[in-house]
Parts: sequence; C-alpha cells; structure tokens
Amino acid sequence: MELVTAPLPGAAPARHALVDAAGLRAVCAAAHVADGQLQTLWASDERDRVGGFCLWVALADAQGLLLLQLPLPAEQPRYPDLTDIFPAAARLQRAAYDLTGVRAEKSDPRPWLRHGAWPTQTFPLRRDTHGPAPTDEEESYPFVRVTGDGVHEIAVGPVHAGIIEPGHFRFSVVGEKVLRLEERLGYVHKGIEKRFESLPALQGQRLAARVSGDSAVAFSWAYCMALEALCDATPPARALWLRALSLERERLANHLGDLGALGNDAGFGVGLAQFSRLKEDLLRANARALGARYLLDAVVPGGVAFDLEDAARRLLLETLPPLETEVGTLRDIYADHAGLQDRFLGAGRITPALAAQLGLTGLAGRASGQPHDLRCDHPAAPYDQLQVHRITHSDGDVAARVAVRFGETLESLRLCRVILENLPPGAVHAPLPPAAHGRPGLGWVEGWRGPVLVALETTDGGGIRRCHPHDPSWQNWPALEHAVIGNIVPDFPLINKSFNLSYSGHDL
Amino acid sequence: MLRTLKQITRIGIISEPVPLTAAERDKQDALQEEIRRIYGRALCIRHVDAGSCNGCELEIHALNNPYYNLEGLGIKFVASPRHADLLLVTGPVSRHMQAALRRTYEATPEPKWVIALGDCGCNGGLFGCSYASAGAVADVIPVDVTVPGCPPSPGAILSGILAVLDKPRATGLRSGSAEH
Ligand code: SF4
Repeated sequence: MELVTAPLPGAAPARHALVDAAGLRAVCAAAHVADGQLQTLWASDERDRVGGFCLWVALADAQGLLLLQLPLPAEQPRYPDLTDIFPAAARLQRAAYDLTGVRAEKSDPRPWLRHGAWPTQTFPLRRDTHGPAPTDEEESYPFVRVTGDGVHEIAVGPVHAGIIEPGHFRFSVVGEKVLRLEERLGYVHKGIEKRFESLPALQGQRLAARVSGDSAVAFSWAYCMALEALCDATPPARALWLRALSLERERLANHLGDLGALGNDAGFGVGLAQFSRLKEDLLRANARALGARYLLDAVVPGGVAFDLEDAARRLLLETLPPLETEVGTLRDIYADHAGLQDRFLGAGRITPALAAQLGLTGLAGRASGQPHDLRCDHPAAPYDQLQVHRITHSDGDVAARVAVRFGETLESLRLCRVILENLPPGAVHAPLPPAAHGRPGLGWVEGWRGPVLVALETTDGGGIRRCHPHDPSWQNWPALEHAVIGNIVPDFPLINKSFNLSYSGHDL
Repeated sequence: MLRTLKQITRIGIISEPVPLTAAERDKQDALQEEIRRIYGRALCIRHVDAGSCNGCELEIHALNNPYYNLEGLGIKFVASPRHADLLLVTGPVSRHMQAALRRTYEATPEPKWVIALGDCGCNGGLFGCSYASAGAVADVIPVDVTVPGCPPSPGAILSGILAVLDKPRATGLRSGSAEH
C-alpha cells in the first residue's frame, strides 16, 4: 500500500496523510513493526465543514511525526480499534468518545474522562454542544475484580494523603503483595480543550502553560510552535535560545525536586532537604534573572516575553558550577547509601521489552531502554546546535529512573552553560503574520517528563477552532499499573514518585 | 555515611527569617505564641487539590524546604482532614472534585478555616466556569482568605496563612455557606 503524505510546515518535522479505516490500521501496524510509537489520538467535529467528524492519529517514526486523518460520517462515527497495535490508544480512545462521541469499534465501553459531570450522549467538544448542563451525579465505575483466596481490595483517593494531585487507585492485594492496580483518573478534568475554543489564538499559550503547571514551558512552547507553523514564521534566534534555556531550567527544577522526594520516600530525609534547597536556589535565580520563579508566561507566540540583560546572564552562569558540584556530591551520597539502593533497586521494574510494547515514553521510557529524546532525534532550533547527550538505562526500575534524572540534571546544567555562553544577540520577539486555517499545525517539544505535543487549528477570525494538547503521562499511567505488580503496597508511593506523572496534564 | 554528614555540616542551617513584610515579621513571634496558645500544638493544614494545574502545588512544596522552615513556625501539613485546622484548597473546583471537596470540608472538625489558593482558587482563573469546572472555591465551600497569584510565591502563601489566623473560624453556627 502506497501512503500519500504531504509535508506540514513548521519546526516539528511532520507529514500529513488522509486514510480510510483499513488504511489507518495498516499504517499503524507498519509503523509499529518499524519501531514507531503512538504519540496521541483525538477526534474533531467537522460537521459544519465537511458534514462529519475526523479522527486524528499522530505517530512518531524515524522521520518525525506522521499525522493520519480519517474522515468519519456524521451519523454513527466509528473507527477501528487500535489497542491491539498500540495499547496506549485505549484510554485516548475512551476519552475521545467522552468528549466527541466518536467511538472505536469493539472497544472498552467504559467512560474515561467523564465521571458524571455531564450526561451520557452529550459530547462537550461537539460544536453544537454549548456548556452542557452539569449533572451532579456520581456514577459508579465498574472496576475489574480480582478474586481468589485471600485477595482483598484497597481503594485510595481521589484525595490523597500528601501534597499531590487527585486520582483513584484500586489495588488488589494478597497480604502486602500487589496483584493488580487499576487507576481511575479524570478527577481534575476542567474542560481545557473546550476552553481553548473561546480564546484568541494569540493567547492560547497561556492556557497551554496551565495544562500541567510543572511542564508550562514545554506546553507553551509546543503551542507556539504549532501556531508559528500555521503562520509560516520562525521566531528570532535569540528567542529560540531563551526558550531552550527556560525549558532546561524547567527540567532542572523538576528533576531536583523529584530526586529529593525519591530520597525521602525511601527513608532518606536528608536527600529531600538538600535537593529542595538546590531547587529553591534555582527558582530564586529564575526570579532574579528571568523575572519569575516558574516560567508560566515566558513563551509567547513569535518569541519570548523577557530578555536577559548581560548582568542577569552572568548571574545565571555563576550559579551553574556550584550547583553542578552539589548534584555530583549528592549523586555519590545516593550511590553509597545502602538503605537507599536497597529500596531503589528492582522496585517497580518495567523491562525494555514491556516498555516497547506499552509505548513507555520520555524519561521513564529512557530508563527502560527506549532511547527516544526529541532533542536528539529531531532537534528543533536551537537544539540542532547543542548536541544533547542522550541519557538512557536498561534496568527499568526506580534506581534506573533515579540514575536517568541524575544524568539529565547534569546534562541540562551543561546545556544551560552552552546556551548562556552562546546566546545570539537580537530581538526576542517578532510579530506573527496571520495564521493559515483549514489545516492543523503541530508543536512537539521534549518536556522534562517526555514529549509534549500540541495540535492546533485556528479560525479565520484569529480564534482557535480546535486545540489538542497531549502530555506523555497518557502513555505512562497505564505502565505504572504494570510496574507495581508483584511489589509490596508500601513501595507504591516510591514507585509512583519515580514516574511522577501528571494528573492535570492527562485529565485536561 | 561520612559523606552525608560532611554534606549536612558543610551546608549547615540555611533557614531564613520568614520572607514576609516588616509588619508580618513582627507578627511572627506573636503567631508562634498564638498557635501554641490556641492549639497547644502545631497548626495542622490539609491541602486539597480540587482541580489545579499542579503549579500551585509546586509552591506549597517549596514552603516545606529548609529556607522557609514551616515546621519551625509551628505549622505542619497533615494527611487527613480529621486532623486539620485549615484547608488549603487549590484549583478551580472541577465538577468531578466538587463532591470530594465538600466531603473533605465536612470531615474537617470545627472550628476550621479555608484558604482558596491561587488565581484559580480565588475566581476560577483561566479555566473559569464551564461544563467541567465549577470555578472559585468559594462557590463550593465557605472561604476565609484568598491568596491570588499564578502560582502564588511561598511568601504569599505564608502571608495568607498568617492572615487566616486573624479570622474567626467557621463554626456550625456560621451562616452564608455557599453550599449548593
Ligand atoms: S493559579 Fe495558576 S498555578 Fe495555580 S492552579 Fe491555577 S493556573 Fe495553576
């Protein structure tokens, strides 16, 4: 079968192809055999334009993104189930049904993002659905039951003990051993995709940054990359370098925080105190040099919203060597600490084979032998000039995810230094020409957790017709269910933390 | 082990005076005294994420780092609403969290306080009110203090906690509950 693709403009290497139902499965199957991954999947209501719906499937392969578009009829929009090829499609398909009524044939009929806040047969992302009346019923959700001698269930959440996001975990255990974990997410679904459609395209980056606050730079950059693709515009070089600086500092803040929390969850409180100190130092330097502790509004369409004075640039440079030394010292301390290693080694393991099968992605994927990193595989400017050193591990356990975080922290510190020493002069922003409409623009950025994708379509009035933001947590949440099998319940917080997945970025 | 000890002693104690305004700093001792007098123990805070983007949580976590030394002030985070004096609520309240937030509020023993944290907690923020978002925390449970910011800095959160101590706490007799 010959697939006709057309290149999509923009900083992300992408092609587009129209497919029919059989073609969709054939292309997905071929991509899977060639080591391609499912990036995301969503549906859109096109009844006003072409009299039906569309299913969109974004695959990542050696050339970049392949965006497949499958037109569907207005009545009974159905498409073939993809979960046998890509298990990560399962929840995305259920979410697409909850929001648009476009259903995968013969698939899990349970709702995923819809808990009862809006009625069945009402689909918020249809263009003729205007703010469905909220219902207040809590629907019962059929969890899978495990039966057997001595098996009992432990239900946790949605409100957890600790300062974390809400979600529900249902464990089936024998004694302390976990036989099965089933997650129930969607508690923080706040209608982000619908909300995008009421914003001007030039302001959408603000909402994108708030899809998952810990990945604000990644999402706002991906959003702007998508919009700039539609405008056929490239921001000034200095702006792109400052975006990369912001993205690496976001990665640093999260990795430092997680390394401390992982030490703490394994009973080493000193690790938390030390790393949270380093993280606070980093955030304070951000505030002084970049104008904010967290860079939620740093990336804007056409560039960045700040410039770096030379004094601020030097200040940031000076903070790097001590931070590097401290991280190195703490890495040795973690490595030598028998108690820590005892908890880390072997816990929550996902083998490379299972990781490949599940489509495990990003940092967790790299810790399980999946070597993908957009900064290396498809480097968009300025990463094409930075030669990012890829950090991988093949053990797939908590220890491996800790090791990858240490490696990436040191690499991000190096990248910050290279960026600060080679920052090109010039403007940090250029106004964008009007955006094309009638086709999607894609943005694709390696956030700290993994690849973040934003697909955007604008209206001819400068508005947003459809925006689909995708967080790598979608792929990795199901993998967490596998990672805990056979571990003991008290190790769950540590294993969960080692993935540190986003609820908000997933629930949308 | 030796290396760990060396690291601890080399870094030493880095806790700072609380990053507050002069007036608030004056209150700091009074605050500790107040907490001790009222509770005879630490002030216990239960955090509830009712729909946040997780940005506010990052700054609540920062409050627990050694610079701010929250526990030194006599304030600590607890795991259950039943042990809490104060609920610190983030996010616009998602419709899917509305019931859980109400239940958490009801499970918190009286008297109790509520802080709505961040622009979202104050007024729904960028998410507003929609089929999926109920908007401000005050539209779901009674709120004593709002702390704006996106996200608010640790200093602003601390000021909010101080401000709440000046307020009379909700009791069963309080009117004007926004339950609906
Ligand atoms: S106030 Fe800002 S940081 Fe806090 S939850 Fe809302 S969007 Fe996120």
